[in-house]
Amino acid sequence: MRWIWIDKFLEFESGRRAVALKNVTLAEEHLHDHFPGFPVMPECLMIEAMAQTAGILVGEARHFEEKVILAKIKQAVFHDFVRPGDTITLHAEIESIAPEAAGTTGRILRGDDLIAQIDLMFSHIDRNLAGKVFPEENFVFTDMFRSLLAGFVPSAGQESTP
Amino acid sequence: MAMSRDEVFEEVKAVLVDALGLDEDEVTEEATLMGDLGAESIDFLDIVFRLEKAFGIKVPREELFPAENLLNNPDYVSNGKLTAKGLQEFKARMPHTDFSEFEADPDVNRLSDLFTVRSVVNFVESKLNSAA
Repeated sequence: MRWIWIDKFLEFESGRRAVALKNVTLAEEHLHDHFPGFPVMPECLMIEAMAQTAGILVGEARHFEEKVILAKIKQAVFHDFVRPGDTITLHAEIESIAPEAAGTTGRILRGDDLIAQIDLMFSHIDRNLAGKVFPEENFVFTDMFRSLLAGFVPSAGQESTP
Repeated sequence: MAMSRDEVFEEVKAVLVDALGLDEDEVTEEATLMGDLGAESIDFLDIVFRLEKAFGIKVPREELFPAENLLNNPDYVSNGKLTAKGLQEFKARMPHTDFSEFEADPDVNRLSDLFTVRSVVNFVESKLNSAA
């Protein structure tokens, strides 16, 4: 099982930008403790949602042939709380992409309100850690992850070529 | 118009301050990226991307930071030190870098000391000049 932290894509432009949506709900148990009587979405989980949005964008740009791993949080600035019942949209853009890695910029909005700015770097790990070998199958982009893209990317449901 | 060396340095400094979360006064020409400024491997890619954007140049990573691939070659490394051939190869690949101190003891563990702010400034300058 993979932990999917965005609900769907609203827009997807291959290799350029994507917009994903997440609904935040009190059914998420961690909100009961974060904080008791004052439930707000943890900032680290906003970064996770952006990492999934931007990570899928980066992966799709190379036809899911790379294992794309979050490598660096370049910037994370938060301007407001996110509460149960909120719908947030995650706007990610590829700033740079090279054989070894990619850099993305991103904004999280609630309606038109800016909630956060999150810029990330992803590593194509097979091309970095010199000499280390990872399993052949792409353990990053599982079927469930790719199902988010159904309707946007015709190739998303297919097997990637090794 | 061509940038002066000082202007290149100031821009490189801004890139490093942002990429590595530094204070401006930490970035001197002599500072080593890994030892003094705390850069890790992914930071090198971040720096490459930022340099490309800041200067409008193309920076193949292996040109600026070529060490990784060369170190796997047994012709170039023996007993943890660069061979004469290895040293020659590194010098050829890194013309923007000062090897004079390193040559006395070409221990591969000291290779990281070669990546200084100055070497990055030299690299960017040569790129800008060749583009002009």
